[in-house]
Amino acid sequence: MSARFVGAKVAGSLVTLIFVICFNFFLFRVVEGDPVANLYRGRNLSEQQRDKLTKQFGLDKSTGAQFVSYLKETATFNFGRTYTGNAPVWEEIKRKAGPTIALVGISAILSGVFGVLLGIAAAWRRRTRTDYSVTAFSVGTYSMPDFWLGMVLLTLFAVVLGWFPVGGLQDAASDATGLSKLADEAHHMFLPCLTLTVAYLGEYAIIMRSSLLDTMREDYLVLARAKGLRDVMVRNRHAVPNAILPVVALLAINFGFVLSGAIAVEAIFSWPGLGLATYEALKGPDLPMLQGLFLVFSASVIFFNLIADLLYGYLDPRVRPA
Amino acid sequence: MSEAGAGVMEVTSARRIAWLRRRRAFGHAWREYRHHLPGMVGLGILVLAVAMALAAPLLADESGLRAINTVHNPTFASPAKFAPLGTDALGRDVLTQFIWGARTSLLVGLVATLLAVLIGSIVGIAAGFFGGKIGGVLMRVTEWFLVIPFLPLAIVLAAILGPSVRNIIIVIGITSWPQPARLIRAQVLTLRERDYVDRSRALGASNWHLMSRHILPNVSPLILANTTLTVPIVILSEATLSFLGLGDPLNPSWGQMLDDAFESGAITAEAWWVFIPPGLGIVLVALAFTLCGTALEEILDPRLRDRRG
Repeated sequence: MSARFVGAKVAGSLVTLIFVICFNFFLFRVVEGDPVANLYRGRNLSEQQRDKLTKQFGLDKSTGAQFVSYLKETATFNFGRTYTGNAPVWEEIKRKAGPTIALVGISAILSGVFGVLLGIAAAWRRRTRTDYSVTAFSVGTYSMPDFWLGMVLLTLFAVVLGWFPVGGLQDAASDATGLSKLADEAHHMFLPCLTLTVAYLGEYAIIMRSSLLDTMREDYLVLARAKGLRDVMVRNRHAVPNAILPVVALLAINFGFVLSGAIAVEAIFSWPGLGLATYEALKGPDLPMLQGLFLVFSASVIFFNLIADLLYGYLDPRVRPA
Repeated sequence: MSEAGAGVMEVTSARRIAWLRRRRAFGHAWREYRHHLPGMVGLGILVLAVAMALAAPLLADESGLRAINTVHNPTFASPAKFAPLGTDALGRDVLTQFIWGARTSLLVGLVATLLAVLIGSIVGIAAGFFGGKIGGVLMRVTEWFLVIPFLPLAIVLAAILGPSVRNIIIVIGITSWPQPARLIRAQVLTLRERDYVDRSRALGASNWHLMSRHILPNVSPLILANTTLTVPIVILSEATLSFLGLGDPLNPSWGQMLDDAFESGAITAEAWWVFIPPGLGIVLVALAFTLCGTALEEILDPRLRDRRG
């Protein structure tokens, strides 16, 4: 890959990031009414207190001046304080990113792997019962709201059968450390992880299946068979490596949603991550927290889109400009 | 009908020829569609769902949606105790909510999709047709909106605008147009270079005439298939936004029913009958639109024809 290709992609991503940062400022300025009044909804506020708060939020300055100070603050990761807990937004986000990355990251990898395997099985045995079941399952889960699947699994396996805890990251009563703490967390993670894996697996299976079907028409597969390769070799050495490209790109793009991908599912399982934080910030609404979350979510999508572009350029020479 | 008319030279105007040709093409497509099993299954489900939504006032009394009218009902009564689908935490009949919920869910799904595809078509056709500077700028803006993560943006917008059915439609409409725009632009780019467009231009046709008479009719099959495939995504988005508390509690959609069920503790109460019906409704309708859209795509896009089965 030429430095020019990489440079152009990185520059494009930076421009997009700047666009999102500006967009974020104006988006939250559309909020009707005055933030001071919103924040102290229904409470008596003297003129003096109001003036002090207006100054503290910088609302007495012009929009231009507010924009400049917003850019300065954003550059230093100062996103203000949350309304609900009066904690720094950036610290809150950093604290809650871990559980989300663990949950969504593991589910993304699992759904990618199992989706690809199912897609291969379906395409290779085209128009058989395997193919029809895989396709029906994939299209079915693709049409399902992920949080509804979570509600069903939670009711069945946690409430009725009692095999799994009903929510949270760990047992509140236990003070376990080391391995047993990890086991406890894994036990808590199982159901939300299963929910997300099943919800996203269908998309990979559908794309892998149709990509492999396209590849199976290529002449070099006929040649591979003609020179006497066994079926498994034709599939694993010649067909799959070429068909898997769109799936790799999709996986990279979906990793961009590693922070924002589980808002409703985290709410269902009270998983203490960024999704649950979004759900709670919405109830307020806690605008500084929402603004910070929106920025972090967008930045993560932009970053992984860049990775996907670079990966695609590396894997498929046709994408690179000559 | 039209077959004979278009062949024999009793035709009066170019417009009439084009009209007859389109009618014949539509007839062909419908005949193929009728033999497409998944497509017909999807269409069947949709007809039933739309009929139920339209007939809601005949099937169930709207007053059953308001908790004030249901105080005499038991709460969280199972289907065995309160036929046919039980009651929720406020004693409201689940079946009544399910029937009326179909209205809101389908309305949002269809109107928001139309809004998104309308914006997407205008941007896509303009970007593809004009190319150059205008096209470049339009495409850049489209790409920017593509990378802004949909759900967080929709959540923020809905939180700012306030919860209501109209706002959910607006929010989904203005966040979902970039994908159709990109797809349509790609198609317009290939159409722009066709001979009949050059010929029409040489005869002095205006840009507006070229776009509305030559480009639009040729991208409309693609727009139709794309619209149908956008509806399930929109219905799922509506469900998620309503679940996050951004829907209108007085006009409950299926997503709103799921939110009510979750908030009122239906999970710990093991009241599965409260959240299974709306969830199944969403799955079936989303699935039906996907089946119809895929069938349309296979019939209308010759490149996909042998992918069938």
